[in-house]
Amino acid sequence: MPHISLPEGLPGISSGFAFRPETAKPMRELAHTLLHGPSTLTSGERELIATYVSSQNDCYFCQTSHGAAAAAHLGEKSALVDQVKRDFLHSGVSKKLKALLVIAGQVQKGGKAVTSEAVEKARTQGATDLEIHDTVLIAAAFCMYNRYVDGLDTWQPSDPAMYSSMGAHLATHGYLTPSVSAPTLEVTK
Amino acid sequence: MPHIKLPEGLPGIRGAMAFRPETARPLNDLVEILLHAPNSLTPGERELIATYVSTENDCYYCQTIHGAIAAASLGDDEALVKKVKFDFENAEISEKLKALLVIAGQVQKGGKQVTAEAVSRARDEGATDIEIHDTVLIAAAFCMFNRYVDGLDTTQPRDEEMYRERGKRVARDGYVTVSKEYLPADATV
Repeated sequence: MPHISLPEGLPGISSGFAFRPETAKPMRELAHTLLHGPSTLTSGERELIATYVSSQNDCYFCQTSHGAAAAAHLGEKSALVDQVKRDFLHSGVSKKLKALLVIAGQVQKGGKAVTSEAVEKARTQGATDLEIHDTVLIAAAFCMYNRYVDGLDTWQPSDPAMYSSMGAHLATHGYLTPSVSAPTLEVTK
Repeated sequence: MPHIKLPEGLPGIRGAMAFRPETARPLNDLVEILLHAPNSLTPGERELIATYVSTENDCYYCQTIHGAIAAASLGDDEALVKKVKFDFENAEISEKLKALLVIAGQVQKGGKQVTAEAVSRARDEGATDIEIHDTVLIAAAFCMFNRYVDGLDTTQPRDEEMYRERGKRVARDGYVTVSKEYLPADATV
């Protein structure tokens, strides 16, 4: 049971967003810009960074929903998503994305854990300053989203169909509007 | 030197925000609602939560600027701010705020660290669901801001007077207003 009285029937972050729409708005806008807005990194690549960090933070809801969004962007390659979560260095992603995932993993441990060597390696693989910036901020932002979702002890169902449908919605529409609605509540606007 | 080329003369998060105004706007909107907008917790109490979490994350810029904003909101009581950073259970703050700081410290370690006992203690001291929610989100958000500031290795001058002066201005005018100094006009709309 969640630590506070959250709207029922809404999984994960959706319940926190419905409880406090004032903070939901900038949190949605931030995720939209970082993961869905214009970028030289594809949305699939950015969702993989979000999924990897959420998996390192052991947040079931975030790693599953963003993993589903990543898979939807990448032509339903859920095996690739699993491989990135487990062992990205041996996955089929680009060397540049591997170098960015190293930076993201360092940010997850702490801001001071990011090394010049890791940044240099990303740059050698062709990463721009903006791509490095966005990688740091995506990783940092998921250290927030993950703590928000688990820190309130939100309801996190293990229903693959629900996540797959959320992932498809996120991949198509982004983050500005809810990707799930509670069957018994009028929360979608 | 920062890991990427940030605008010069803007310390800490300001350089990063000026580098990427598209993400700066929702970040400023979020911190404005969490720390400055009207709330049953005072701005001083909420800034103490932000300062404490930033101290636990060892982010010099964030703990110093938010410590200065907290002091400015609390009648310039810098000694109280210092006491909260290092030993809040024995500080001259309310029992409710102590209980909320326990929750914030748990969130800093990880979302799953938040215990039902800590939430129950906060509730016994009179904390409402929205105050518990906001405490969790403030702590989570500073796990993002701290990583953003340190993860880019931003410039963080050791100049207490600079933080003190800026702290007074942010306490008075809020985050969104002050951000207009270093963000292009269209990013602060």
